Amino acid sequence: MRYNLLNVVKQAFKGQKDWTPAWREPEPKAEYDAIIVGGGGHGLATAYYLAKNHNMTNIAVVEKGWIGSGNVGRNTTIIRSNYREAGNIPFYEHSLKLWEGLEQDINFNAMVSQRGVLNIVHNDSQRDAAIRRGNSMRLHGVDGEYLDRDALRKMVPYMDYDNARFPIVGALLQRRGGTVRHDAVAWGYARAADARGVDILQNCEVTGIRTENGAVVGVETSRGFIKSKKIGLACAGNTSRVAHMAGLNLPIESHVLQAFVTEGIKPLIDNVITFGAGHFYISQSDKGGLVFGGSIDGYNSYAQRGNIPTVEEVAEEGVALFPLLGRLRVLRSWGGIMDMSMDGSPIIDKTDISGLYLNCGWCYGGFKATPASGWCFAHTIARDEAHEFNAALKLKRFETGYLVDEHGVGPQPNLH
Amino acid sequence: MRITCPHCGPRTSEEFTYLGDANPKRPDGTGIENMKAWHDYVHIRRNPAGEHQELWYHASGCRAWLVVTRNVSTHEIFGVELAAGECA
Repeated sequence: MRYNLLNVVKQAFKGQKDWTPAWREPEPKAEYDAIIVGGGGHGLATAYYLAKNHNMTNIAVVEKGWIGSGNVGRNTTIIRSNYREAGNIPFYEHSLKLWEGLEQDINFNAMVSQRGVLNIVHNDSQRDAAIRRGNSMRLHGVDGEYLDRDALRKMVPYMDYDNARFPIVGALLQRRGGTVRHDAVAWGYARAADARGVDILQNCEVTGIRTENGAVVGVETSRGFIKSKKIGLACAGNTSRVAHMAGLNLPIESHVLQAFVTEGIKPLIDNVITFGAGHFYISQSDKGGLVFGGSIDGYNSYAQRGNIPTVEEVAEEGVALFPLLGRLRVLRSWGGIMDMSMDGSPIIDKTDISGLYLNCGWCYGGFKATPASGWCFAHTIARDEAHEFNAALKLKRFETGYLVDEHGVGPQPNLH
Repeated sequence: MRITCPHCGPRTSEEFTYLGDANPKRPDGTGIENMKAWHDYVHIRRNPAGEHQELWYHASGCRAWLVVTRNVSTHEIFGVELAAGECA
């Protein structure tokens, strides 16, 4: 049943009896046309766009836990397309455009809120870099504008503008950026994919990838062997583990990234704001909690929990930008496992094994990319070739040297 | 996380800088025949979910490079050795 006002009113008079589960709990079939490994945002979006754009409906999404139990439910919910590299901008801008029409498309309230993303700069060289990035965005038709100190102060008056070490000079603003209710993205895509016939198989862990003569033939799972000639991996932090099953070693390290939420307060922070002198980003959820995060802990980890030094660092950066944060109490913190790539950009590509497709290397940027990632991955799986939006995001770029290194720090995953 | 440095004893991980997997070996020679080996050395990582040998630099201490054996799923540390060997 569609989610709309008419049905809400009707059900109010019918005792809410006709609502059905948002997706089915089917038994695995013996064979599918494509299997997506990983029931997170990217996997579910891939299944949805395979069904919608490529008319492939005999598809399964296999997930070892419950859908949305990984990074799509562990991020800081930010969407934006304020990138610099030519290989990245069209991809992330496509993602932002898909976010803008997502709720109507999948008939699910994902609370897309284009509240504006501000990247604060603290000195002249950062200002020049921000303006350059803004120009790069505008050359690609993306909105970006530079706010000087006075304009920024009018918009966000409560930051520490005269901080002795990190005075605020201005900010790069992308007004179309913002936040989205993260869990709703997983649920919305799951419901929309299910409605088009996609089987979502939860508690179905992949334990092996079977290949014959250099081509995939199916996956071994905790619920038995499932045949398929096309297998797409969308496993984020666990990508290396699953790829090992097919004998692949990848240009990926898994790292833990922590995030935090404070007690709920009245509306304070209207936008998404990032600190330029370190790595700190913050927004306010609709429930009132301030949601924020910083850098990864910096060492390989699959633990989904981080350590205290990073908590301290993030808190220090937050207070340097907003002294008033010092009065707030943090309610919760959690960790997610990032698939950090060697140049800080993702990989959406085929592999040397026929029928095995790869979607990984999302670093910090996976959530905002969800719609375009699914859209491009579906194209790559269905057509067996990349779309122009993910043409630069090749696995082989590390051999050919065509890296997409947004920050220019080289092959050191914990610095991206 | 606390790392027991062979020179300095148990120290907080904040004193150390992390480089990464200690297993990839730098190839000999820079000829075209070594391109694949260099690609693997620079970019490809095993990235296991369990025990991991990794290079840490004691930047705020004795400035020695260490090979730490650690379970990356639990953060438990099993052993710390000098990267240059005991006689360094």
